[in-house]
Amino acid sequence: MTMRRTTGPRWFVRRRMGFGFRPASWQGWVLTAVAVGVAVALVVVLRRSVVTLVGVVAVLVVHQGIAALLTRGNGPAGRVADAAGDPPAVPTTPATPPAFATPPAAPSPAAVAAVAPAPDSVRSAPAALVVDDLTKRFSQRTAFEDVTFSVATGEVFGFLGPNGAGKTTTVRTLGTLIAPTSGTAVVAGIPLTAENGTEIRQRISIMPENPGLYLRLTVIENLELFAGLYGLRRPRPRIDQALETVNLGARGRDLCGSLSKGLRQRVGLARALLSDPAIMFLDEPTSGLDPVAAREVHDLINDLRQRGVTVFLTTHRLEEAERLCDRVAILNTRLRSVGRTDELRESLFSRSLVVETAAPLDAPGDVFTRTAGVDSWRTTGAEAAAGGAAGYVLSVADPRAAAPAVARALVAARADVLSIAESRHSLEDVYLELIDKDPEAARR
Amino acid sequence: MRLNGGRLAAVVRKEFRVLLRNRFIIGTMSVLPVVFLLTPMIEIFRLGADVPSGLVQRIAGSTFLLLLVVPVVVPAAIAAYSVVGEREQGTLEPLLTTPLRREELLLGKAIAAIVPSVGIAYLLFAIVDGCAQVFAADPAVAAALVQSSQLVGELLFAPLLAGWSIWVGIAVSARASDVRVAQQLGTLASLPPLGVVALIDLQVLTPSVTLALTFALALLVADVVMWRIVAAMFDRERLLTGARARRGPGGGDRDVAPGVVRRIPRI
Repeated sequence: MTMRRTTGPRWFVRRRMGFGFRPASWQGWVLTAVAVGVAVALVVVLRRSVVTLVGVVAVLVVHQGIAALLTRGNGPAGRVADAAGDPPAVPTTPATPPAFATPPAAPSPAAVAAVAPAPDSVRSAPAALVVDDLTKRFSQRTAFEDVTFSVATGEVFGFLGPNGAGKTTTVRTLGTLIAPTSGTAVVAGIPLTAENGTEIRQRISIMPENPGLYLRLTVIENLELFAGLYGLRRPRPRIDQALETVNLGARGRDLCGSLSKGLRQRVGLARALLSDPAIMFLDEPTSGLDPVAAREVHDLINDLRQRGVTVFLTTHRLEEAERLCDRVAILNTRLRSVGRTDELRESLFSRSLVVETAAPLDAPGDVFTRTAGVDSWRTTGAEAAAGGAAGYVLSVADPRAAAPAVARALVAARADVLSIAESRHSLEDVYLELIDKDPEAARR
Repeated sequence: MRLNGGRLAAVVRKEFRVLLRNRFIIGTMSVLPVVFLLTPMIEIFRLGADVPSGLVQRIAGSTFLLLLVVPVVVPAAIAAYSVVGEREQGTLEPLLTTPLRREELLLGKAIAAIVPSVGIAYLLFAIVDGCAQVFAADPAVAAALVQSSQLVGELLFAPLLAGWSIWVGIAVSARASDVRVAQQLGTLASLPPLGVVALIDLQVLTPSVTLALTFALALLVADVVMWRIVAAMFDRERLLTGARARRGPGGGDRDVAPGVVRRIPRI
């Protein structure tokens, strides 16, 4: 998943079909016009002489030679640089805030208060997405309600939640496919209004869970359609680059119907990359991918982060969200939590030490309640005590400070200590803690 | 409303590519015209040298009617597939997430359906008229087929009837949940304008250039009105979720009227 980018003169580009090069700029056209002029002059002056044919061929060879020299080293990826002004599929420099036609609306104080801060790396960046009290109801059913969060430019933001929590509806709403019932949002610097739909869609790309490809068309034909819809003037170099990015360079002429689900997913990703979006909404991008392909997608998302593209990642894979996302939001019709995963852990779970001893302590209460830094304690349960060993969970404010004191207390109590470790909670623990205790989930 | 030529061209190009690779549609586009071509040809060739003028007019009228069925039925099959087909394949949502306006999408689909339909219709007119000129035993038959009212009718009615058929087909397609149902209903709903042609065929209306132009004008108005109605009906939210868009603070489609959110029954 490496991006190739070369720079070169824009005068000529390699022909897509046939041999040689064709002009791509006015300089190229001037050179070509001169060559044609010389060839015509030779025909006019020399008329029926055999030298005419030789001369015309020589002019053509010289012209193509100059074109070849000027485009030296420009392969398929190099043609991206030759394309008339279209930016590459993935920006090579961190994105700067676009010069939006409409100034972004300021989020309400409530929105700011409810949103956990973005990580330091993206905290100073302007918000790519500001959502304030957004609600969507379908008749009697509420898809999502009072959703408030913001996403900084260049941030990878995870959007988690159980089935039916409203994740896809939220993405569709932010993508202007569905009108919200109430609330406001600013997407890529543009207020979410009915009138701004086209402009917002021009600046974002959404990759649905089902890539939705035309199976009777080839990969390139599919991408050509979307390049045309995004108004790319010379789409072919961009298409080649997007395909290279998802390692599908060799499958461009295959019918999409002949591709496996994983490969179709990659084509969907290439399509999302085509328009050089400010925000990419990825809905389960690794769904159906084998581990190697999923890892390549993870690399691609990391690459996008490095390049300043904001990624809004909807996923069920919690380890994926933990690995990739700067922050995550957990939605269950209402937003249950937003923040960095370590902040969520700290807010939901008290910090603790897990102690394992070779045999149960005679008076664990005496040992632990007198130890400095330990707030409370409990046994880990019957399963932990199997084989004669005993386990204890100690609630502590600072595990690093409390651990030495606990060790000393255990030694003083003549306990055979097997291990003392800080308890680590995964994002899955956080997710389950939030969702399992959620009345919305119980009703669903 | 501003239409973007590049986006329109992209939709038309895609539609042509998909149509040319869809065996069902190619079959419909090929078989029906042949059937509607053979009937008048056989009738013309069966005529002797001295045909009563009433019979000549009847044959000219029925030929006219049969040939005009083609630009009605062929695009109906294509148009009926247009929206529900996208939805069945799962391609509608990715399409709607692009900057494409609904008018561009609908017009692109309509152009892709109207061009082959009208092309086939004109080709059939040319074949029938040409064969009549060369092979008809009675010159009156050939003359009846190329009289001015007939020619004006053929040239104007074919694209206008096709346009009507397409907009009706797309409207049905936008509401239907199954391609076959959409094609059956779309074809049925596109037939009423042929009633006027049938009245000419039955000699209830006397064919004339004035009548042809009047009917063409009425069809043109109906086509434009139908386009606007279909564009207003094309609601992204309803197509994706089955619920009509409510005029909220943002998103959705511009022309969606305010109202209570309600489920729209699918056909």
